[in-house]
Amino acid sequence: MIGSIPPAFVLLFGALLIPFLKNRTLRNGYILLLPVVSLINIIGLPPGVESWVWIFLGHKIILGRVDALSLPFGYIFSLAALIGAIYSLEGRSDEHVAAMLYGGSALGAVFAGDFLSLFVFCEIMAFAAAYLVWAGRTPASYQAGLRYLLVHLFGGLCLLVGIIIHVQETGSVAFNALGLSGLSSYLILIGFGINAAFPLLHAWLPDAYPEASATGTVFLSVFTTKTAVYVLARSFAGVDLLIWIGAAMVTFPIFYAVIENNLRRVLSYSLINQVGFMVVGVGIGTELALNGTVAHAFSHILYKALLFMSMGAVLQQTGKINATDLGGLYRTMPLTTIFCIIGAASISGVPLFSGFISKAMVISAAGIGQLGFIWFVLIFASAGVFHHSGIKIPFFAFFGHDSGLRPKEAPLNMLIAMGIAAFFCIAIGIFPGYLYSILPYPIDYVPYTAAHVVDQLQLLFFSALAFTLLILSGIYPAEMRCVNLDADWFYRKGAKAFMSLLNNPLARVGDALRRLVFDLIPGGLLQFSRDPVSSIRITSESILRNLSHSPARQAYLSEEIKRARENYPHDLKKHWTVAPTATWIVLLLLAYLIIYYFF
Amino acid sequence: MVTDKKQDGQARKEYLFDKPENVKRLLWSLYGCLIGLILIDLFIPKHPFFPWEEYPSFYAAYGFVSCVLLVLAAKYILRKMVKRREDYYDR
Repeated sequence: MIGSIPPAFVLLFGALLIPFLKNRTLRNGYILLLPVVSLINIIGLPPGVESWVWIFLGHKIILGRVDALSLPFGYIFSLAALIGAIYSLEGRSDEHVAAMLYGGSALGAVFAGDFLSLFVFCEIMAFAAAYLVWAGRTPASYQAGLRYLLVHLFGGLCLLVGIIIHVQETGSVAFNALGLSGLSSYLILIGFGINAAFPLLHAWLPDAYPEASATGTVFLSVFTTKTAVYVLARSFAGVDLLIWIGAAMVTFPIFYAVIENNLRRVLSYSLINQVGFMVVGVGIGTELALNGTVAHAFSHILYKALLFMSMGAVLQQTGKINATDLGGLYRTMPLTTIFCIIGAASISGVPLFSGFISKAMVISAAGIGQLGFIWFVLIFASAGVFHHSGIKIPFFAFFGHDSGLRPKEAPLNMLIAMGIAAFFCIAIGIFPGYLYSILPYPIDYVPYTAAHVVDQLQLLFFSALAFTLLILSGIYPAEMRCVNLDADWFYRKGAKAFMSLLNNPLARVGDALRRLVFDLIPGGLLQFSRDPVSSIRITSESILRNLSHSPARQAYLSEEIKRARENYPHDLKKHWTVAPTATWIVLLLLAYLIIYYFF
Repeated sequence: MVTDKKQDGQARKEYLFDKPENVKRLLWSLYGCLIGLILIDLFIPKHPFFPWEEYPSFYAAYGFVSCVLLVLAAKYILRKMVKRREDYYDR
């Protein structure tokens, strides 16, 4: 058996050595070797076998559940880690560690056969990903990373509570089909719904991904959402609710993408849109739909990484990423332009590119199921994604108005990484059979029929016509420097409102309470116990003075209080000599005895 | 494109789309493809899931209309609702 290491461990433990390799060539070679070893290890895994099983607290922990659903994700995660490693090869070691921990834990989650290890791997992913956001090293990325972490820790808590309830109910931690029944399944669905960027739970994605480093976003675009898609396909296949959630996911982000200025944020919205297709596939739940989901995840990872790599190259070479600042870069970055267009053609589903042969399966599954409305939504989203990812991204970055920027072409390692991803985008599009052969279910789907090709080309070319006419007529919304509010408004402004509520009214109440409990009451008691007679006199005379109306009496009482204060506390020895003290103690003990005996 | 030449005094390299006629060529080839696709569509045997897929050039019409509506809705509805100043969250 070649696959002799748990799939997650190659990258997870391999990452820990990176910081100690000071020689740059050695370090780079090692970083490239890790994903290759991981891929070979996974290829060598025997399918249909559960390996690395042990009992923990009476539960079966499985680190290697190898089957037709987990394997494709294992392949593509390792391949994406390799492409990302090449792309970020010149980067800092700490980012490489985070990226490899991220990829390793994603592999761990995909091959996990129980909910406990799934949870642990998901938490490692959340921290590693937050680190990659912070690697943007700007104040904005620091804040976005913090928000990312908080949102995902919340999702992790939902997941954990769901798992605990599930284990309580069923007595098993096995990670299998759940369906929607009972609180535990809803909590687990919410946990992964956050990771999959369900509508209203999605805002962390367009918030954080554009703030990460140029290289970090490439890794981010791969693992978290697609791990969630895998878990949905494993546990919630055929849940009708997911069809509607997916339909919302494919629709609303494209409107945001049209008006968004930051091109990496445009790609983030289109990422949600693409994951929406996968979620619809999971919801439909037929063999064709699930094959479509897995195939689309596979090709999506490649072209989305390719698009993020091309925008990362633009960001790194120009320092700018807003459409308002870019334009005309094809002049000096021709290769990056070509790679970007290949990614754009793939995401749009142009025939002979990867998106065409994978997205079509989900749409066909909706057609076979006679889901007319969903079908209309999916076709609309296909046209829309071409509009914003297929045309807008290349047009505003590389063509459009001339920004006057003449950056150098991207460095060699970035070009190689983009070249590999572009190669796979085209290869999968031309030879879909290889991808189809690793899908979970047997398949007899033929993407290249005359009608399908012509229909798709009509859809795309007339979308392009719409774009052209809108641009030429000046109706197309001008890019603007602005913030577009999204669901993160609720917690970003909500947190501020909560803090000001804490800082103002609640803090004042708290302060008053603190003064009463810690100052006034103990102070009063202290005063009383030091010299009860004087303090009673001072208090009573203060009350009398406040009650009385005659100024003369008030003046007299004030004088009395003043004198009492001056003498306070009286020398205790004057009043409390030993004899009366002893007498008091005897009396008190007597009273105690009487109470003790008679009550 | 004009500023391009002014920038450093000397004649700069002309790029592909710096010539307006190249942009025109691209546009005309797009229009040619559109007409070609509408014509081919008439002769292709279809295997539709839904009856409306059989209308001639259904996909062309749907793609065009949905993209126009998408842009108009994004520009006139969504942007009106959600657009804020760039420093909105920092204030």
